[in-house]
Amino acid sequence: MKDFQSSRRDFLRFGAAVGLAATLPVGLARASKTKTNANIVIIGAGAAGTAFANRMVQRLDGAKITIIDARKNHIYQPGLSLVAAGLKPQEYLVSTTREWLPKGVTLIEEQAAAVDPVAKTVTTASGQKVDYDFLVMAPGLVLDHDAIEGFSLDMVGTNGIGSLYAGPEYAAKTWAAASKFVENGGVGVFNRPATEMKCAGAPLKHTFLIDDIASRSGAKGKYQLNYTCPQTVLFSVPIVAEKVRMLFGQRGVATHYKYNLKAIDPGRRIATFSAVVTDPATGADKVTSVEMPWDYIHIIPPQRAPAVVRESGLSWADKWTDQGWMACDQGTLRHPQYSEIFALGDIAGVPKGKTAASVKWQVPVVEDHLVSQIQGREGTEIYTGYTSCPMITRVGQAMLVEFDYNNNLLPSFDGVIAPLEELWISWLMKEVALKATYNAMLRGKA
Amino acid sequence: MKELTLTTMIAVFEEIFGSGLFWAMMLLAAVITVAYVYVLIRDRAVSMRKFLWAQVSMPVGAVVAVVFVLAQTNSALRHTGGPVDVFVLLGVALLGAVGMAILVYTGQSLLRPPAQETK
Ligand SMILES: Cc1cc2nc3c(=O)[nH]c(=O)nc-3n(C[C@H](O)[C@H](O)[C@H](O)COP(=O)(O)OP(=O)(O)OC[C@H]3O[C@@H](n4cnc5c(N)ncnc54)[C@H](O)[C@@H]3O)c2cc1C
Repeated sequence: MKDFQSSRRDFLRFGAAVGLAATLPVGLARASKTKTNANIVIIGAGAAGTAFANRMVQRLDGAKITIIDARKNHIYQPGLSLVAAGLKPQEYLVSTTREWLPKGVTLIEEQAAAVDPVAKTVTTASGQKVDYDFLVMAPGLVLDHDAIEGFSLDMVGTNGIGSLYAGPEYAAKTWAAASKFVENGGVGVFNRPATEMKCAGAPLKHTFLIDDIASRSGAKGKYQLNYTCPQTVLFSVPIVAEKVRMLFGQRGVATHYKYNLKAIDPGRRIATFSAVVTDPATGADKVTSVEMPWDYIHIIPPQRAPAVVRESGLSWADKWTDQGWMACDQGTLRHPQYSEIFALGDIAGVPKGKTAASVKWQVPVVEDHLVSQIQGREGTEIYTGYTSCPMITRVGQAMLVEFDYNNNLLPSFDGVIAPLEELWISWLMKEVALKATYNAMLRGKA
Repeated sequence: MKELTLTTMIAVFEEIFGSGLFWAMMLLAAVITVAYVYVLIRDRAVSMRKFLWAQVSMPVGAVVAVVFVLAQTNSALRHTGGPVDVFVLLGVALLGAVGMAILVYTGQSLLRPPAQETK
């Protein structure tokens, strides 16, 4: 018995050492509800809009809350990378928009077509007018597939073409194409667009996963991977970029900087890039067109703000003008001219973000400023740019990379989970904990 | 992660297993623990014979727990990348071992109370 007791004590001590349950503070008591008859409209019922609607119902008593989104399915997008590597089934990603919405929220199943920020109304696709006192813009972003000449989504899964961003069905078709490559080998080509993008780690993760699987499958020793990006670095955070550069070096992935994917010819399996190359004779940079053959190509298109944001004059006038991200203060996410409009999620015109993990940190900020405004006070919460990306480096390992606007690393488990080490625990975070945390966030509980 | 509080952790575990299964498992763990305490108080002594079996079962529990977790998460032992990974694996093994030992001890005690054993 004595032995047994001591082993249990050891376990508790172990738990404390690893920073698990034993050290957790008890949950924060929720503030009592604020009474109001405010009219709150949310555009977009994705990760950000849904989480925010739930928080509003928990914080406000008597508010009229309307959420506008035509999409019937809710997609757990962080899982797309797993589906596109054959690690999870397509169904893992799909639920319904409605099941996450609390009672007391009205869902209008239409797209928002226009916002009039002066009259404070939203017009839907069918012409219905919805008035608001507060407007939260959370329509995510659009994938500009047409920007890549010769490419259309019906090609995904054929001719060695993959494109996992386009949704669950396309992620599964991406694996259909990639699974042939990992057996047969050949030349693999992966791109990253020139625009801002959601989850900037995803193009790298896909490359790592395909390399890892190919290195253990039929293609072993018979394949070569090319990673292309228009940027001059692999990741916006320098310390992470360096780490990925070293890993790509070890794995033998050839990196082509300043390569921007412009066109594909599926019949000939040739991708055309606009590339900046240095003339070896003169040393001067010049833009040329470069062709690259593929046996497998993974395409990520340029990404932009939805039309409703750009056409309603809510975008930055002087930043990202080709992309149209919504103007907002980078700390409070409030529109600079219209104090009752906030940006939430991928649409926000801020230098970092565009991950579901960022949404988790943005929601309490907008919640604080909006509820404070109702109470006639100033909000105090500030979004510091928190962005997180469990950077999968092989099946079974990842790096839990978390950072802010200033490119500082912000490890959640400081001293326990090293951010730049390939770890199994970080893989578990992505495989097991991420979806659960995401779902808890949708319900307004995390 | 923004707030790693107990309520967040419970919400996360509810999502991993589904709230029904999660609370059912918590209940099961509570019932087994209560039964364990019950037999200890009832018997007023630890039966060394039962405890021996409980100890023998511990490695089995450890291996079962580790194999279960690896299979559930598309991973293998070679993926342990740093000390923290080894700790997590040991934690899983320890949990499996201790859980199995309690289960085996309690099971034996409930099925064969000490009166029978001494006969
Ligand atoms: C491949 C991939 C991997 C990712 N991996 C990770 C990861 O590992 N970790 C992480 O934290 N994040 C990850 N993300 C990012 C994460 O999924 C997004 O950042 C998050 O979903 C953003 O939430 P959102 O609400 O802004 O946008 P979304 O969740 O995309 O929702 C936008 C919603 O707005 C709706 N909408 C659009 N236009 C209109 C309109 N005009 N009117 C009404 N509604 C409209 C859409 O139908 C949609 O439902 C990944 C994303 C992808 C694609």
